[in-house]
Amino acid sequence: MTNCAKWGIEASAMNRYEHFEHRADIGVRGMGSTCAEAFEQAAMALTAVVTDPDTVRAQEMVELHCEAPDVELLLTDWLNAVIFEMATRHMLFARYEVRITDGGLHGAAWGEAVDVARHHPAVEPKGATYTALSVREEGGQWIAECVVDV
Amino acid sequence: MNLSGFDRISAYEWRLPATGAMRVPAVIYADEALMRAMDDKVREQAANVAMLPGIVRASYAMPDAHWGYGFPIGGVAAFDAEEGGVVSAGGVGFDISCGVRCLHTGLKSDEVEAHKVLLADALARAIPAGLGSTGGLRLSGQEMDAMLQGGARWAVAQGYGTEADLARIEEGGCMAGAEPAAVSDHAKKRQRDEMGTLGSGNHYLEVQRVAEIFDEKIAAAFGIAADDVVVSIHCGSRGLGHQIGTEFLKQMTVTAPRHGIVLPDRELACAPIASDTGRRYLGAMRAAINCALANRQILTQLLRDVFAQLLPGSRLPLLYDVSHNTCKVEEHELDGRRRRLYVHRKGATRAFGPGHPDIPPALREAGQPVLIGGSMGTASYILAGTVRGMELAFGSACHGAGRAMSRHEAMRRWRGREVVDELAGRGILIRSPSWRGVAEEAPGAYKDVSAVVDAADRAGLARKVARLAPLVCIKG
Repeated sequence: MTNCAKWGIEASAMNRYEHFEHRADIGVRGMGSTCAEAFEQAAMALTAVVTDPDTVRAQEMVELHCEAPDVELLLTDWLNAVIFEMATRHMLFARYEVRITDGGLHGAAWGEAVDVARHHPAVEPKGATYTALSVREEGGQWIAECVVDV
Repeated sequence: MNLSGFDRISAYEWRLPATGAMRVPAVIYADEALMRAMDDKVREQAANVAMLPGIVRASYAMPDAHWGYGFPIGGVAAFDAEEGGVVSAGGVGFDISCGVRCLHTGLKSDEVEAHKVLLADALARAIPAGLGSTGGLRLSGQEMDAMLQGGARWAVAQGYGTEADLARIEEGGCMAGAEPAAVSDHAKKRQRDEMGTLGSGNHYLEVQRVAEIFDEKIAAAFGIAADDVVVSIHCGSRGLGHQIGTEFLKQMTVTAPRHGIVLPDRELACAPIASDTGRRYLGAMRAAINCALANRQILTQLLRDVFAQLLPGSRLPLLYDVSHNTCKVEEHELDGRRRRLYVHRKGATRAFGPGHPDIPPALREAGQPVLIGGSMGTASYILAGTVRGMELAFGSACHGAGRAMSRHEAMRRWRGREVVDELAGRGILIRSPSWRGVAEEAPGAYKDVSAVVDAADRAGLARKVARLAPLVCIKG
């Protein structure tokens, strides 16, 4: 397990992300005091698959919206929506905000255009998978995780 | 992997009998050392695949099998539509039609050696690689559809490469049955500026030397000899394929209960071949195959332009182009009769034996070339399909080395710059936009490709023809 740096002034002690091992690819895990925060942190873990999030400036905002039949599919949809924006806008994101309602997920991501010299992007995520996919509450903490195909 | 429960059929074949919900046995081709080193997940996943409706004969795993998504990577499974067979997005994978293309250069290694640094630098400039890189081509909606319909044939018509290339590509460079209309706008948008790009991760373009010949006769038929320089390109259908995989994985998961399919694992998401979702996936997946073939065709032209500039007079005819993430309709002999099957190969290379009509005439007697990528510091291999392989696993073989450790573990162990310097000391020039990417892909992070290839050869899946050693590697 690799504990990555906590991000953001609003992040509580509970809010953090990490990667977990998968032989061929990489697992992203977000933790927070709410499901939405865990989703935000899972997306931070996704950024950290590509680059050190501290090198990314939160300059431009992109809004995202997704819907899914259950909360686990909502997590993969959310991460896939972020991957889609990264790929088509050639952006990396430094900060995320998620709101989950009955109608689905409303999210925002702040970031900037990829700068190869500064970000040294390691690898391009292809998609969030259903492998090791789980969204759960454990002892008052929300955990959102899955393996990302890179 | 724990080997209890497996029947050892031979030194290279292990069979897990059909129990519980398994409709057919699971069969792994590997030697004992590879079996023991395999993830336990391979056994679980191969057994899960054996539970899917309409699967015939067995669920297979190749010697390089490892933990995948639903299907093991290195998995092969064939389904009969008439028996309620399914098509699975997870059984093809996210990088639809990822594959390897190998080109002759007509040059010997001493002719290239003196130009190696210039060549590496020129290729690094010419070949868009890594995250955020874009190709020189922007396709309109109509052009995108024409590309998805025409594959490498479309690319040749646009001036990328020649007609002669097409004969050396699976399906003659154009996958029939593609339906651009089944490809979402999102998938097309993701591909808009990614034509002619390598991608990242384990994708590469490599200049290689033929280091060893194992079968002189087949090598001669393939047109390769010791010390020849060849170039291999490993990449796939880029963002378009990833998006199609993502979308249909969800769709198939959601619609599976409607078709009465119980999924032992959500990643096994599938749909009956004879269903609307199944048909639309096949149409979109075939369009993605064409995207991959067109992509490798465009990269080939960029490569040829660099060689023409630095080594005037060199020609780079295509040896072969073969994919390892596909689902294809093929005829196979089963219980004494010809059956039309939907053969999924996820991280497994098609390996048709001598005489198969789908092999280009010039290579037909030798068997289909099977191109196996290694890691950037070790070796790649050329194998040939065998008659026996047609019976073993529907004419399939391994596809590469497979990772031995996670990306994080690799990053902990190596620094990108050190890996590049160490390889340069051994005469292997690496060019990559990302030091971290190089560290994650360090040669030591991969299993020994030679052991995998030896097992494939000894199991009879494919025959070893030549070993290729890297000279220059453009890493995505």
